[in-house]
Amino acid sequence: MKVLMFGWEFPPHISGGLGTACYGLTNGLSKLGDVDVLFIVPKAYGDEDQSKISLMGANQVIFRKKKLHFSGSSNTVNCLEVGSNLIPYVGEEEYQKLSKKKYLANSHFVETDEKGLINFTGCYGVNLFDEIDKYAIVAEKIARDNQCDVIHAHDWLTFPAGIAAKKVSGKPLVIHVHSTDFDRSGGRVNSKVYDIEKKGMDVADHIIAVSNMTKNIIIKRYGINPEKVSVVYNAVDSICIKEKSCIKKGLTDRIVTFMGRITTQKGPEYFIEAANMVLKKMRNVRFVMAGSGDLMNRMVIRAAELGITDKFHFTGFLKGDEVMEMLQMTDVLVMPSVSEPFGIVPLEAMQSNVPVIISYQSGVSEVLKYALKVNYWDTFAMADAIYGLLNYPSIWNLFMKEGKEEVDRLKWANSAKNVRNIYLKLLNKKI
Amino acid sequence: MKSICLCFEINQPFHFKKYRFFDIGSEHYYYDDYTNETSIRRISDLCYLPANKILLELIKKYKNKFKISFSITGTALEQFKLYAPDVLDSFKMLAKTGQVEFLSETFSHSLSSLRDKDLFAGQIKKHDDIIENIFGKRPSVFRNTDLIYNDKTGAIVADLNFKGMLAEGPKEKTEWKSPNFLYNNALNPKLKIFLRNAGLSDDLSIRFSNKSWSDYPLTADKYVKWMDDDSNSEIFNLFINYETLGYTQTESSGIFDFIKKLPEFVFNSNSLKFATPSEIIKEYKSVSSVNVPETISSREEEKNLTELMGNEMQKEAFNKLYDLSNQMKMVKDPDMIRDWNYLQESDHFGYMCTKTFSEGTFQNSHNPYENPFDAFINYMNVLNDFKLRLDTFAPENKTEQKDKALPPLLKEKDKKIKENTSQLKKNGSQINNKRKKKNIKAKK
Repeated sequence: MKVLMFGWEFPPHISGGLGTACYGLTNGLSKLGDVDVLFIVPKAYGDEDQSKISLMGANQVIFRKKKLHFSGSSNTVNCLEVGSNLIPYVGEEEYQKLSKKKYLANSHFVETDEKGLINFTGCYGVNLFDEIDKYAIVAEKIARDNQCDVIHAHDWLTFPAGIAAKKVSGKPLVIHVHSTDFDRSGGRVNSKVYDIEKKGMDVADHIIAVSNMTKNIIIKRYGINPEKVSVVYNAVDSICIKEKSCIKKGLTDRIVTFMGRITTQKGPEYFIEAANMVLKKMRNVRFVMAGSGDLMNRMVIRAAELGITDKFHFTGFLKGDEVMEMLQMTDVLVMPSVSEPFGIVPLEAMQSNVPVIISYQSGVSEVLKYALKVNYWDTFAMADAIYGLLNYPSIWNLFMKEGKEEVDRLKWANSAKNVRNIYLKLLNKKI
Repeated sequence: MKSICLCFEINQPFHFKKYRFFDIGSEHYYYDDYTNETSIRRISDLCYLPANKILLELIKKYKNKFKISFSITGTALEQFKLYAPDVLDSFKMLAKTGQVEFLSETFSHSLSSLRDKDLFAGQIKKHDDIIENIFGKRPSVFRNTDLIYNDKTGAIVADLNFKGMLAEGPKEKTEWKSPNFLYNNALNPKLKIFLRNAGLSDDLSIRFSNKSWSDYPLTADKYVKWMDDDSNSEIFNLFINYETLGYTQTESSGIFDFIKKLPEFVFNSNSLKFATPSEIIKEYKSVSSVNVPETISSREEEKNLTELMGNEMQKEAFNKLYDLSNQMKMVKDPDMIRDWNYLQESDHFGYMCTKTFSEGTFQNSHNPYENPFDAFINYMNVLNDFKLRLDTFAPENKTEQKDKALPPLLKEKDKKIKENTSQLKKNGSQINNKRKKKNIKAKK
C-alpha cells in the first residue's frame, strides 16, 4: 500500500510535537511492512543530519528527495522536500515578520518547471496563504508523478495540498488533525484558517483526531459527521538507556519544568502563579520555563513582578539534545495547557522517569493514569500537586516507576496499526 | 437447631476537606462539615431510619426470637451525635429491647491492629467505653476493621478478655474450613472465631439487585430454604454492611420487603433460629481451632490487605501516621486527640488504592476524590499540619534536646555580654581620663 503523506515538518527540524508525531507515525507504519510512505515536507533548513538521510534532487529547483532509513525496518520512507518557507505554528503576521527578517536573503524564487505547468510568479513569502496555495500546486504535481493508494495530510497547512492531490489522483484522502485553530488561537479563530480546516474536513474521506477532545471539537465546531472521525492517540518511541547520558545538575534544588511554546495555548501564566505559591512554602526548588514564544516577555515581567526571578528561570528555545538534558535535570514536569489536542511532552518526560502534572484540557489526559491532573486555571491545585510530588517521596517514586511502565506501553506501532486499519477500510469501501 | 447470626456493620468516616499545602501551619480544621453532614443525612433517610424502624417492628413482633447484632464504629457514633441524633435515638430503642447485641470495634475503624498492640487496645477501649455509655452494656465480642484477622491479632483480642471475634472466611486462607461452624483461635482457644459466610452475605449486599444473576429475584422464601436444606451446618454468619438495607440496595430493589418477610420463613422452617454472637458462644462448642498465619480481610476478591496497604503511598501514609504514636502519648489536648483518631480511619488509605483504580472500578459512592493521588496528597498535607501542631505539644527528641541545651547557652552568652560591657566601661573611663588630661594640658 502506498501512502502519499503531506506534513510540514520532520525531525530534526521540529518546532513542536507535530514533527515528532509525524516521524513516530511514519516510523511505525514503515515497520508494519506493507505500507510505503512518501513523505512530503516544505523546504526545511538544509542542515539535516545527513548520516541517516540521503538527499536526492527530484527537481532542480523545487524538489529534493531524501531517503530515511529507520533502524530495525527494511522499508524506507521517501521524503520529498518542497522548496517553501512554510514554518509551522506561525500566524500570518508573524510569518511576514519572519520572512522579511530572516529568510528574505536566502529564499529562492520559483519560476516555472521544465514543462511550464506550474506558474509561480511574484515574490516568495509575502503571504502565508499564497504559500499554502503554492504547496497545493506542488502537491498536485507530486500526486501526478507518484502513484499512491491513499493520501494522508497532517494539519491545516497541508489540507489544500491533500485536497489537490485527491483531485488529481482520485485516491481517498485522510486528514489527520493534530490541532485546530480553536486550540491554537485561544478562541480568536482566524476565519481564513477555519475555512481551510473546514474544507479539508468536508472533502476528506476520513478524519483522524489525536484525542476525543479534538474529535469533539471537529464534530461540534466544524459540523462533521461523527462516523467520519476516528481517534488515534499519539505515542512515544522508546529510547535506549544508552542514549540517556547522566547529566549532573549543579544544584541541589529540585527542579520543576514547563516545556513548550510560551503561548496562550500552553498556559504559561498559570505555571508562574503556581510556582509563586510553592516558593512561598519551600525554598529548595527552582522553576524552569523552557521554550520560546510570543508571551515570553510578559512572563519574564510577571516573574519579576512577583519577585521570584532568583528561583524562576527561562531557557529560551531548546533543541534536540537540550530537551533530553533538561528532562534529565527535571524532578517534575508541568503541562498546564489551556487547550492541548494531545501533548507529547509529558510522555517524553515520563520516559525519562519524570513525574508529570497535566491539565484536564489535554488529549493526553485521556490516556494517562499515572499523572496528576488539574484544571489549567486551578493554580491552587497545580501548586498543591507540585508540592505533593516534591515533598511526599512515595508518590514521586510510584509515578516514576508506574509512569515509565505506562508510557512504555504506548507504542507508535499500535497507533500505526490503527491508522493502517483506517486506510484498509477506505480502500475496501472504494472497491 | 441451626442459628442465623445476622450482624450489621456501620461505619462513617469524617471526610477531610480539600486541604492544600499552603494551609499547612495556618489552618487546623480539616473536615468537610458540609459533605459529612449531607452524606450522613442522606444515608440516614435512605437506610438507618427506615431500616431501624422495620427491625424494631420485627423485634416486637417476634419477641425473644428475632435477634440481631450491630457493630458501630466510634466515628459513626460521633457523627450521629453531631448530625443525626434521631438515628442515635432509634438505635437506643433497639438496644432497650434486649434482642440486639452491640459488638466491639476499633474507635476509628482503624488499621491499628497492624501496627501496635497498645494502640490497638486503646482504640478498642475508647470504642467500648462509648458503647457502654450509650447503650448500657460493654461488648464481649469483637469485630475488627474490614474483618482483618490473623492468629496473633486474635491472641491480642483474647488477652483483652473478649469471648469471640468475627473474621472473614476465605477458604483457601482458613484451611478450607466451612464458615458454618464455630471455631477457636489457634494461639488462645478461649477466643471463639466466627467466619463470614461470604456466599449468603454477598447474595444480599452485592447480588440482590443484579438482574443478570441466575438467582434473581431473591426472595426470603428461597433464601431461607437454602439454609433450611443445608443439613451439614450449625451457624450461618451473615455479616453485612448496614447500608445494604436501602442504600446500596435501594428500596425499589425490594430489600426492605425481603427483610420484613425473612423472620416469618425462618420460624416456619423448624430447623432455623436467630442468635446473637454471644448466645452462639454459649450454645455451641468450637469444632476446632483455625490457623490463620496470614492476615485476611473482607476487602474485595483477594481478601487481604492489598487494597489498604498495597502501594507505596499507602505504606508511607500509614508509617508517617503511626510514627507519631509515641509523641501522641504525651498529649491531652482534646482537639489533638480527636484529629489523631480521625486520621486513623481506614477509609483514608482505601481512597489511595491504585489497584481498583487501574481496573477502572475506583469510584465508590463515598469516595470524595477523583483519583488515589489526590487522596494521598490531601491526606499528607493534613498529616503534615498535624505533625507541626504535635511538635508544639510534645516536642520530638531532637528538638527537645535543642531546647534543653538552650538555657546554658544563653547563660554563657549573658556572661560574655557582661564581660564585654565591663570591658567597655573600663575602656570608656580610660578614654575619659585621657581626655581630662588633655583638657588640663590645653588649659595650661
